[in-house]
Amino acid sequence: MPPHLKHALPKAFWVAGLALVFLLLYAPILSAVLFSFSADRFPSLSMSGFSTKWYAQVLTDRAMLEALSNSLTVAGITALIATALGFAAAYADYRFRFFGQKAVLALALLPPTVPLVILGLAMLAFFSRIGIAGTLAAVVAAHVVIAAPFAMAVCRLRLAQLDETLETAAQNLGALPHSALARIVLPHTLPAILAAFLITFAVSFDEYVISWFTGGLNQTIPVAVLTTLQGQVDPTIHVIGTLSFSVTLTLVLIALAVVLRQSGGAMSKEETS
Amino acid sequence: MTNTHLKLAGLAKSYGTFIAVEEFSLDIAQGEFIAIMGPSGCGKTTSLRMLAGLETADRGEITLAGNRIDQLPVWERETPMVWQSLALFPFMTVRENVEFGLKMRGVAGPERRRRADDWLERLGITTYADRNVARLSGGQRQRVALARSLVLEPKVLLLDEPLSALDAHMAIKMQGELKKLQRELGITFVYVTHSHSEAFSLADRVVIMNAGRVEQIGSPQDIFLRPRSKFVAQFVGGISLLEGKVSGSEGSKRFLDTRDGKVRLSHSSGLAEGAAADLAVRADRISVTVEPGWGENEIACTLVSEEFAGAVVNLHLATASGHSLVAQLQQRDLEQLDASIGARVYASWHSDDGFLLESAQQSEPGPKVRAA
Repeated sequence: MPPHLKHALPKAFWVAGLALVFLLLYAPILSAVLFSFSADRFPSLSMSGFSTKWYAQVLTDRAMLEALSNSLTVAGITALIATALGFAAAYADYRFRFFGQKAVLALALLPPTVPLVILGLAMLAFFSRIGIAGTLAAVVAAHVVIAAPFAMAVCRLRLAQLDETLETAAQNLGALPHSALARIVLPHTLPAILAAFLITFAVSFDEYVISWFTGGLNQTIPVAVLTTLQGQVDPTIHVIGTLSFSVTLTLVLIALAVVLRQSGGAMSKEETS
Repeated sequence: MTNTHLKLAGLAKSYGTFIAVEEFSLDIAQGEFIAIMGPSGCGKTTSLRMLAGLETADRGEITLAGNRIDQLPVWERETPMVWQSLALFPFMTVRENVEFGLKMRGVAGPERRRRADDWLERLGITTYADRNVARLSGGQRQRVALARSLVLEPKVLLLDEPLSALDAHMAIKMQGELKKLQRELGITFVYVTHSHSEAFSLADRVVIMNAGRVEQIGSPQDIFLRPRSKFVAQFVGGISLLEGKVSGSEGSKRFLDTRDGKVRLSHSSGLAEGAAADLAVRADRISVTVEPGWGENEIACTLVSEEFAGAVVNLHLATASGHSLVAQLQQRDLEQLDASIGARVYASWHSDDGFLLESAQQSEPGPKVRAA
């Protein structure tokens, strides 16, 4: 290591620091995983034994299963729509130059920065007016608004690596615009589109505030969890937390793997050329 | 030209206030090899892109074999292009790249493959047919780009600095192959480049552009030996310029009054008495001596520097009035010239070797607003 990059403190110090940061980040999640297998009613480190009874309880709870089904439906439809919109917006920004492009881009990326409570309230007011408040369709519509910017961001990253002349070259060889898009742009962007789908799915699956405002009696998993929590501390919360976390983590990991594998592959191709 | 095949008439293109091409007209014969050359931002690439339909001309018309094509969209133009970046499709094999245009035209599978394979063989890349294009060398990629366009059997092939990605050795090899291919196929090539050597060695006619205008169109010899404007002379290089005023004649010879004295010219030009003009003399036509009295036209100079260029040496000279001249000498001539840097020498040339350029218009190298 060059001398100017060497720090006065020993390496062990930094490793320990990093470990501490990750511990603080993940300890609560790990504790949920741990207590979900506890035989006791209340979480305490002096556990009397391991049990999967809370899992059995959750998986037979009618309300929870309905919430799960709602969540999967909402997340699935949201991911489809948000990814399509996100790709379209990213492509428009990549391909065309138009007046106010920067403003349009900023507006498109803005929704996740609006406080969710404000967004949720506003959505509720709007949906009541058009008469869809309290339906799953309302939840989907609201989730698309917050998820699409993520899809757009992911697709933009991938499109930025695509040589702009490729699509033009395809047209120059006789390809109609839609077929140049299908044969050149889509195959290149496919990994990002998959990643965008998984990420928007995860965003919707985890979202609480907007679902609570707009979903009415149609509860999604996070809403059902919070509702359960209001009365008492119930150990099934740990089970649901563990399951939700596993779903989200799996989706995000797959998305990461897809994106990283693709860019890694592209890099090694360039090396050999 | 009688058998005009591709006609560009009065093309113009602006981006906001920037004029990329002010006026571009050119008649190209069937099978002609045209090179368009000029500094960055001169409008050469924009002109080519208008031809391909990648830019819409603000004004003007393009006709190919009698049919107007400037209204057609890119995909209907039949003007395939070899791109500076080559723009090969990275997730396809060599054969898939070559088949692409045929596929877009709805040519059936077996026929498509046969035609693609013909071209792979013709360009000597059959071995790589099933390889991903990312795993090819520069020269091989170049051939794929050519095959991909030529398989469509176009009437015109457009080339945008196609050799700029290759190393010098490979570029020269490909130059030879391009020229041979163009002759065999007999199709029209329109070739944009900033390289003098490519333009002069490949083209039947060279178009020199500057600041959105055509400065000169002519054979490479024409442009090299008889640049028509100060800009072309400076762009082609190796030409010394002396400012002056036309002043009278003596028999068939005319005179030009320069700040370094009167010089004679044998070429009559249309310039009127008293008109401002630049005298141009090619570097290889200027002799340098240490004693005066050798040539018809002679100017006393200071030897400023020597520039070694292989078999020849360029001597940079300064006249008393501050003009700079370049003389190109053979090595053995230099050995006989007993002069060191800073010494007084005499530059002389025959009056047949000087010619006048009108200096009415100020042609500076192109604007730097936008790269070509």
